[in-house]
Amino acid sequence: MREVAIIGVGMTRFGELWNQSLKDIFVEAALRAIDDAGVDHIDSMYVGSMSPGLYVGQEHIGSVLADYLGVAPIPSSRVESACASGSVALRQAIFEVASGYSDIVLAGGVEKMNDGQDTTYILATAADQEYEAYFGVTFPGLYAMIARAHMHKYGTTSDQLAAVAVKNHANGYLNPNAQFQMKITKDTVLNSTMVADPLHLFDCSPVTDGGAAAIVVPLEMAKSFKGQPVKILATAQSSDTIALHSRSDLTTVPAIGIAAEKAYKMAGLTPDKIDLAEVHDCFTIAEICATEELGFVEKGKGGEAAESGMTALDGKIPVNTSGGLKSKGHPVGATGIAQIAEIVSQLRGEAGDRQVKNARIGLTQNMGGSGGSCTVHILEAM
Amino acid sequence: MKSIVPRYSREIPQRARLEAAKCTKCGHIEFPPRLVCSKCGNREFEPVTLQKTGTLLTYTIIYTPSENFLMQAPYALGIVELDDGVRLTTQIVDVAFDELEIGKRVEIIFRRVQKEGHGGILEYGYKAVLLN
Repeated sequence: MREVAIIGVGMTRFGELWNQSLKDIFVEAALRAIDDAGVDHIDSMYVGSMSPGLYVGQEHIGSVLADYLGVAPIPSSRVESACASGSVALRQAIFEVASGYSDIVLAGGVEKMNDGQDTTYILATAADQEYEAYFGVTFPGLYAMIARAHMHKYGTTSDQLAAVAVKNHANGYLNPNAQFQMKITKDTVLNSTMVADPLHLFDCSPVTDGGAAAIVVPLEMAKSFKGQPVKILATAQSSDTIALHSRSDLTTVPAIGIAAEKAYKMAGLTPDKIDLAEVHDCFTIAEICATEELGFVEKGKGGEAAESGMTALDGKIPVNTSGGLKSKGHPVGATGIAQIAEIVSQLRGEAGDRQVKNARIGLTQNMGGSGGSCTVHILEAM
Repeated sequence: MKSIVPRYSREIPQRARLEAAKCTKCGHIEFPPRLVCSKCGNREFEPVTLQKTGTLLTYTIIYTPSENFLMQAPYALGIVELDDGVRLTTQIVDVAFDELEIGKRVEIIFRRVQKEGHGGILEYGYKAVLLN
């Protein structure tokens, strides 16, 4: 297998993109990645998208998007793993390049969530339809139950959950692509309406339209293009029971730890070697679980880590420098690639006001549903 | 969403009668029944009926439901471990929200769960109530 690198990334502004279709959003992101990389063609593409069929009534989007990007007849496929669709698409691109089958592959992600559908219903299709959603489960509800169990076992507080949102909004304030480019306070979170007790509105990531893309090439060719390359040290993926209730520990998301262990082993690294991370904070409790499962803090200390500033932009291990899903936005299929775009930008030293000093090694963690799937990628500056 | 009656009726043995499958090799109970044991990979099962009492492991109050549950919100939802070790997700009803607490004992009862789709087909299943 060949080693691989990313030589270009691109994303749209995240937000309510009323004047752009699913096609427009994807093509804008893909063109930015292609231009950033400086490639004159791509050999194939993979697009992560959770539910274009339910959101905008369009399936078969591998071909739809290749057509509108003007790259047909190359092979183009949609990849789906709920909110982890984007990073799972990236894995297909990595494998195709690593195997030697192709040299330049685009991995993208896109979701158009604001066209008036019942997004709470659509997102709940990532849970067990017959034994969770049927009884009235929502995604905020699933993570609320994890939060309640975490609070009960470890003494985690609503203030600590709020600290995650406050931190991520402070980072997103510095990100021109963020959906909510605004600072908030702890009171903003605690006084916001309850969505699923104990999660307030500001504990939840928003409903977002957006796209992101990355260009993957063999490491040996990486320096022959315009785009400054970033090496992929590890790609790992795990799965778990689809129903939250089937997991032995309800205080965490075990799939994160399993994927992380595989990724650290592949990269030959330990958690203390990671300079910064983009994690899947679909809800504030999810970031707390992620920082614990990724080994940045011990189990039960994730809340303290956010509250103490350890995971802030100038902290020991900056987490979600982009603003995370919380502030940057969470167009579910695009999220995994947007995380990659942030890490690439940080490792290149192009992150502007939110640049982490001396960032050499970055990690992304992206998951589907309540943790039925999870990926971890580790990238290194070149 | 469009109502699909066969899909609903398929689940009646589980949702209405708590019918489960016990692995003949390791004794693990699958609910709903599966073709392969999730613990040992065995493919032989014997039918069992779940216990109706259990303990509340975690819970939430849903204020923002999907459209099918709009008329029920706010409602309590929890994960219950039945006394035979099987876990399920269920609404907790006939309860003041401040009475809910992790560790409380519950009993499974039979109730209407939702009216599905524009046809308004009544769909039934289990819910939980607090014991004593």
